[in-house]
Amino acid sequence: MKTAIAAVTMTLMAGAVWADGHCAAGKTLTEGTLTIATGNPAYYPWVIDDAPESGQGFEAAVAYALANEMGFADDAVTWVRTSFDEAIQPGAKNFDLNMQQYSITPERDKVVDFSAPYYTAPQAVLTTQAVIDGGATATMDSLKGLKWGVVASTTALPVVMDRIQPSQSPLVYDDTANVVEAMKAGQIDAALFDLPSALFTSAVLMDNGAILGQFDPGAAENPDQFGMLMPEGSALKACVDEALAAMSDSGKLAEIEAQWLQDATGVPLIQ
Amino acid sequence: MTRRAAYEARQRRRANIIAGFSTVAVVGLVMVLVPLAPGWEAVKRSFFDGETFVRTFPTLLRAFLLDVAIFAWSVPLIFALGLAIALARGARAAALFPLRIFGAVYVDLFRGIPVVLLVYLVGFGIPGLGLPRPWNSPYIWGTVALVLTYSAYVAEVLRSGIESIHESQRNAAICLGLSDRDSMRYVILPQAIRRVVPANMNMLVALQKDVALLSFIGPVEILRQAGIFKSLLANFTPYVVAAVIFLCVTVPATRYADYLLNRDRNARS
Repeated sequence: MKTAIAAVTMTLMAGAVWADGHCAAGKTLTEGTLTIATGNPAYYPWVIDDAPESGQGFEAAVAYALANEMGFADDAVTWVRTSFDEAIQPGAKNFDLNMQQYSITPERDKVVDFSAPYYTAPQAVLTTQAVIDGGATATMDSLKGLKWGVVASTTALPVVMDRIQPSQSPLVYDDTANVVEAMKAGQIDAALFDLPSALFTSAVLMDNGAILGQFDPGAAENPDQFGMLMPEGSALKACVDEALAAMSDSGKLAEIEAQWLQDATGVPLIQ
Repeated sequence: MTRRAAYEARQRRRANIIAGFSTVAVVGLVMVLVPLAPGWEAVKRSFFDGETFVRTFPTLLRAFLLDVAIFAWSVPLIFALGLAIALARGARAAALFPLRIFGAVYVDLFRGIPVVLLVYLVGFGIPGLGLPRPWNSPYIWGTVALVLTYSAYVAEVLRSGIESIHESQRNAAICLGLSDRDSMRYVILPQAIRRVVPANMNMLVALQKDVALLSFIGPVEILRQAGIFKSLLANFTPYVVAAVIFLCVTVPATRYADYLLNRDRNARS
């Protein structure tokens, strides 16, 4: 027993000494480990097979690369799961960083802190082959005439309302599964997702899914940028931003993006 | 005024004063102590943000009209179907036994299934069979789900009302030469329905809140709209706004029902 305690103490001390002198020292929930939250479940291609520990998937890979950059070894990363509501509720949080495709908006930024963006997501239109056969095309005029569905907790609704301005008011759902179900039931024609999610939904969750087109993220006034969420006033923010900037400069971030989000090419732009 | 009446008036006044003081003390303590909690500022910003309240109120009020509309067209359907099921369960003729079985199975089934599941099942499932627009509308099938569940509850309430009417009433009606049908219609039901008004008012208040479950299959009613604001603004205040709007309707409605019941009781006694 004594030796076990001694071993644990040694490990803790070693961890503390090793993290010392780095910008994350003393700023994480548990000294020497980085606690990262993801969704429950976490979806492809962000996290493969709902197992972030494997480092497979875009966000999981970014998380481990970031942790290494900040001076944490792979086994010093702990994963927890949270809902959107848990991430924004007042009071103590159970994570250092929360990564689940959070779009950075000024309103959200008042309540929580965001890191610098790690991905700029093009918005894409998910629909069915039947709707395309029915004459829908990747033009604004055609999109206006469709019946839209979106997921409530995303920033897709303002985009639909402000940019597409459809003739019928959109329907709103809790999650992707419900959007897919409504599309199968013929209650909606099209849904707006970030492109990687749209590609996954179309390929895996639907039988006759199709991507009609994507919006040019460069042309948007407020492009949809994903940031890591931290508690308001987090001491870790400067450190995370510094590490992200280093990953961006070294090309590491682009490399991870190319590895996990490469299919994004070949989707037509919406005119 | 007799000495007794004067004494009772004095006692009442004393009780009122004490009640007033204790209420003020409790409310005062809550108002002083809660803001002393260390997290109060953060909670206040998240749940009671004035700017967010003002900004979201008009949109939420408009979204609430959808709740009112769904409620308004559901209620007559619920009571018509509920009454039919209650009468089916109460059918006495031997040949109508299948009807009684049907009534019992209907109530067991739809009272036992969670409303949410039924909303999904009917709201996505039936349109998924291939109905064309506009017949696959989530409004139609969401309403059907609510009607199925609530008519099962209302049927049980009405049945308990019908069974609470003493057998002598039915016998008396028969002696007067009324048919089974007429005795139910003119003698039993008027008394039975009046007896279960409070229970049915409960149903209506519960329904008023469950209407929000339709948002699961698409319609943007007040709770969904509040959820949209919540995720855009990262602030829970819109839910507080929704609660305030709900209370503005349900509290007066229940008080009015109490008033009607009291008036009815006084008129009969």
